[in-house]
Amino acid sequence: MKIIVCVKQVPDTAATMTVENGVISWGDAPLIINPWDEYAVEAALNLVADHGGDVTALCLGKEEETEAIKHALAMGADAAVMVSDPALKGVDNLSASKVLAAAIEKIGDADLVLFGQQSVDTDTGLLPVQVARVLGWPSLTLVSKIENVAADDGNIQVLRSMEEGGQVVDAPLPAVMSVTKDYGEPRYPSFMGIRKASKAEYPVWSLGDLGIEAPTSAVSWPEVMEPEEKEIITEIIPGDTPEEKAQNLVEKLIAEKVL
Amino acid sequence: MTKKILAYVDQFHGKVQPSSWEGLGLAAAIAEDSGGETAALILGEGIQELAEEAIHHGADQVFLADDPVLKDFRPEPLADMVKKAAESFQPDLILFPSTTRGRTLAGMAAVDLNTGVMVDVIDLDWSGDEIVATRPIYAGKLLAKLVCSTTPEVITFRPRAFDKPEPDAGRSGTVTELEVALEPDAVATAIASIQEKDQGVNLSDASIIVSGGRGVALNPNLEAPADLDEEAADVWKAEKGFALVGDLADALGAAIGASRAAVDAGYIIYDHQVGQTGKVVSPDLYIACGISGAIQHLAGMRSSQVIVAINKDPDAPIFNFARFGLVGDLHAILPPLTEALKSYLDQ
Repeated sequence: MKIIVCVKQVPDTAATMTVENGVISWGDAPLIINPWDEYAVEAALNLVADHGGDVTALCLGKEEETEAIKHALAMGADAAVMVSDPALKGVDNLSASKVLAAAIEKIGDADLVLFGQQSVDTDTGLLPVQVARVLGWPSLTLVSKIENVAADDGNIQVLRSMEEGGQVVDAPLPAVMSVTKDYGEPRYPSFMGIRKASKAEYPVWSLGDLGIEAPTSAVSWPEVMEPEEKEIITEIIPGDTPEEKAQNLVEKLIAEKVL
Repeated sequence: MTKKILAYVDQFHGKVQPSSWEGLGLAAAIAEDSGGETAALILGEGIQELAEEAIHHGADQVFLADDPVLKDFRPEPLADMVKKAAESFQPDLILFPSTTRGRTLAGMAAVDLNTGVMVDVIDLDWSGDEIVATRPIYAGKLLAKLVCSTTPEVITFRPRAFDKPEPDAGRSGTVTELEVALEPDAVATAIASIQEKDQGVNLSDASIIVSGGRGVALNPNLEAPADLDEEAADVWKAEKGFALVGDLADALGAAIGASRAAVDAGYIIYDHQVGQTGKVVSPDLYIACGISGAIQHLAGMRSSQVIVAINKDPDAPIFNFARFGLVGDLHAILPPLTEALKSYLDQ
């Protein structure tokens, strides 16, 4: 199976985010692979271990944003491709999905394109849907379990989550899939993997390399801001016993019309 | 400017996701201010009776496709119908609830209609020339204002961000049936089986959430069976702790949440995780039990109206965000709290 995993670099989830002069800052927090993408890499590596093939990590970002690609390679991905172009600054979802679809076609012959369920920065979760739609492939989002793969027949069976429970879906390959945390813990990169990844070379493609023009983005962000800090006065509920504290809390909740 | 708004009613096997009605309420508010009109879009099988419900919730018109092809959740044929409805109604704005299906179909509609999509919107300002949408980013650590330069604008709105309209049985409207013209096997994907879960209360729709963290496994008065290893004993204790969280949730009609630490330790399934890599929620009341308040968890729940923290560590960061704090062991406090609430609510 030829698998492409789309990965993204994001600030560590422990970062305190601020806005300085209209620019988003994460202070000196480290940059990491989007945590959700690790599950997608894990799924890809397990699939090729079981069915043969190779895994290519694909990242759309600035050329120096290497953390996600390096992590995927260190986990065991065989190759990587970076798509980077100054014209992609401020790109919206639709445009990003068109660019990724072009890169997936240029890499060629993919059986499966994997994503994490969403990125922890913009949280849209739209790319696995939109890339699939652009390519005209089935979109299998929020997959928690890969039930069955018949790579030779070109079929996959997965369990998808939704509010009401799960759906087991049969889909033809190629397909685009996003993987949730329920899939299972991603592996840690091995020492050898980290060494290999630090020396890995991979192509950086511009829009010209993809043979597409700079997409125009419909959605723009005229303003980012920090949420207003609610002034919270914490009241510690008194009481000598748990029963007293419980009773006092209930009375407070009633008095403030929370209940 | 006159606005035509199409609002998607998200249903599965005839059961509507409650946030769908919030979309119709929002659509009606925009239509009223702009002298525009609203339409609901309902896709599925055996869903005819939902048309009237949509009209009662504010739709002037209903587009409806009722066909076996649309029975389960297969995004591709559903998206085809969204496109068809959009071509027929020519909306300026298409609203979807930010549910699993809503997000998926919004993304696909944006591709099909070659337009922009703004997700998880919590505030919408349509007073000016362009619609300005506000949405959380970085799980609510920051907010972004968004505008879209193409039409129709596609928006998904976060459940509970907009008011749910009171249904008005006196409203009337028209129903237009969309032709599906697809054989069931003309769709590439097939649903092999469905595993419906015991739903309880959905975190995103819940007005009250009771959450448990690492502390649920730390009952000092509980001894795990001797044949369990350390990890299994930990999970065993946590299950007892979460049972107390569940009792309180039941008494309040609340949803059950959890911190990442509790999920990662195997105390409860990921469905319940609140935070940056879980669900972002904003209930009226959030009761955090044995949760210290890591920044990733706070990001996911700090917009709750009232936060109650129960923690034995008086220095836990969660207390800085809580309106009410109870310092003590949750295992001692939860049972009398549940009883006290029950006797109040029974009155």
